[in-house]
Amino acid sequence: MDQKESVRDITPWDGTLSSSDFFSAACAFSEKWKRFNAFVPPWLWVPSRKHHLLSSHKEEGYLSLEGMCLIKSSEEQESCRSQTWKEESSISQEEEAVDNATLVCICDEVNHYDFHIVYSPSYRVPVLYFRSYHSDGQPLPFGEIEKDLPDHSAKIRSESKWTFITQEEHPYLNRPWYKLHPCGTSEWMKLLFHGDTALNKNGFVIEHYLVSWFSVIGQVVGLKIPLGMLETLSC
Amino acid sequence: MSGAATVSASEAHKLVWEGSVPLLIHLHDSEVTTLPPPPPALVLAPRLGYLPLLISELKPYFSSTLPPGVDTLWFEYRGLPLKWYIPTGVLFDLLCVEPERPWNLTVHFRGYPSNLLLPCEGEDSVKWSFINSLKEAAYVTKGNCKNVMNMSQSDQVELWRSVLNGNLESYQRVSSKLKLGTFEDEYTENISAVSTASQQNSGEADAAAQVKSGRIPVRLYVWTVTEDFDDLESAPQIDNWDKVSYINRPVEIQKEDGKYFSLNDAIKSLLPEYFPGSSFDNLGDASTKQSVGDERENTCDPDSSSLPLENAEIKLVRIQGIEPCLEIPFSWVVNNLMNPEYFLHICVCLKVSEANALQ
Repeated sequence: MDQKESVRDITPWDGTLSSSDFFSAACAFSEKWKRFNAFVPPWLWVPSRKHHLLSSHKEEGYLSLEGMCLIKSSEEQESCRSQTWKEESSISQEEEAVDNATLVCICDEVNHYDFHIVYSPSYRVPVLYFRSYHSDGQPLPFGEIEKDLPDHSAKIRSESKWTFITQEEHPYLNRPWYKLHPCGTSEWMKLLFHGDTALNKNGFVIEHYLVSWFSVIGQVVGLKIPLGMLETLSC
Repeated sequence: MSGAATVSASEAHKLVWEGSVPLLIHLHDSEVTTLPPPPPALVLAPRLGYLPLLISELKPYFSSTLPPGVDTLWFEYRGLPLKWYIPTGVLFDLLCVEPERPWNLTVHFRGYPSNLLLPCEGEDSVKWSFINSLKEAAYVTKGNCKNVMNMSQSDQVELWRSVLNGNLESYQRVSSKLKLGTFEDEYTENISAVSTASQQNSGEADAAAQVKSGRIPVRLYVWTVTEDFDDLESAPQIDNWDKVSYINRPVEIQKEDGKYFSLNDAIKSLLPEYFPGSSFDNLGDASTKQSVGDERENTCDPDSSSLPLENAEIKLVRIQGIEPCLEIPFSWVVNNLMNPEYFLHICVCLKVSEANALQ
């Protein structure tokens, strides 16, 4: 075990995580998110179904953020369109507050999003999966999802050959979801940590992995990371 | 160079590439608009191929009876919609426990269940899925997909065509450029060393099957039973994809002197929750073994209660339609039985207690 640890210190970090490190990183991330995001739903750890009784393997699962509603402003011009995320429960409270005319407008324009962060054993990195549906449960076609994504998302996706959205089966749920393709993740994660092997010590990388990862990935789908969380990255 | 080793390796590849499943395909009642209804189509489907690729063979049988509309092809077996990106042979091995020959499937040309199945726009979708899996396999084996990304256009076309047409020679010509075979050189080299040397020393035979450390792309399809079944006919039917646990996880090989890594070892290493203590130590996962003992300190879930882990029993393993002896070297299985996208697909049936069964 000692020999392995020293090997790990010397080998340049390749930007990837082991499955158990992902679990630790997920715990750190969801805890920080709760601390800095009082008005947004928390990321919950969902143990994969088959292990629900085998507690020592609760480590296998994924992070889930569900029930996010994207409210589109009534601005006609795309450039003025702003993205507002709200929790599903807070929307119903708002509905009571407005008058009937506006109520209809809000209901029409609300798209619901669920986000899952799932570990990929092949690429050894986290992968963002998401799906979107109208208030009546009808899934959104990709064309509509694209309209929801922030303007800079298309730019990021076209500039980076690594970051593109595909439709694939969710690894645990047997349903089609959208995902951000993982094959370039380790490359830019390495860059984010400046390939600094010293950071491997004391689990710094693991603790901050998902915050850094999410600061990039979140931009593609328009989920912002609060400044306070980003500040925890500087040492 | 050992003649014997080379011949048997290519024989196995040939058998795998020639493997096929006879299908008897019935058009769904709701799409039959003529009387008498068309007879079912008898089609020989390559094991290594994919169901949507059969459309050109099937369409002529049914086109005159289909209702108006756009074709959106999908298949089902006893009510279960079939995942089109899983190779045909794997679907058969998994879902038809008692092999049915021909295998009776229902085809639909309308009403695609897009809430359940990924969209499929014909050959292009299948090709994209294939190349994507190939990239993933390359990443697993080499740590990057550069070799696949850098394939010339003509090589890509030839690779896909060779899979479409089941042309092994053409496939080997192009795929060898990718240099993705982890075990090939080492295994055949060692075997040839053994066959020319004395066969009496069993220690040498063990050493011959040593493999270097690395990761092997594997896709495991696991279903569970709670009781023994005497014959395959009485095995429970998989009528729901939630009853299959799909494990897309590489097998990690560690070099062990004097010991070879068997198929049994490989499968158990992918199922640590059912076979605790079977995993080889993994860099970066050294902490997992400690956390097993400290599970009550899991801060993410303070309510976790620990139940005793049980050892499950492997009841059935099927790869390319055969049930290999579990003690054979895993390297042989990978080299000879993997699919063209460099993944080894393994269907496994486990016997477990009620509490641990997949719903």
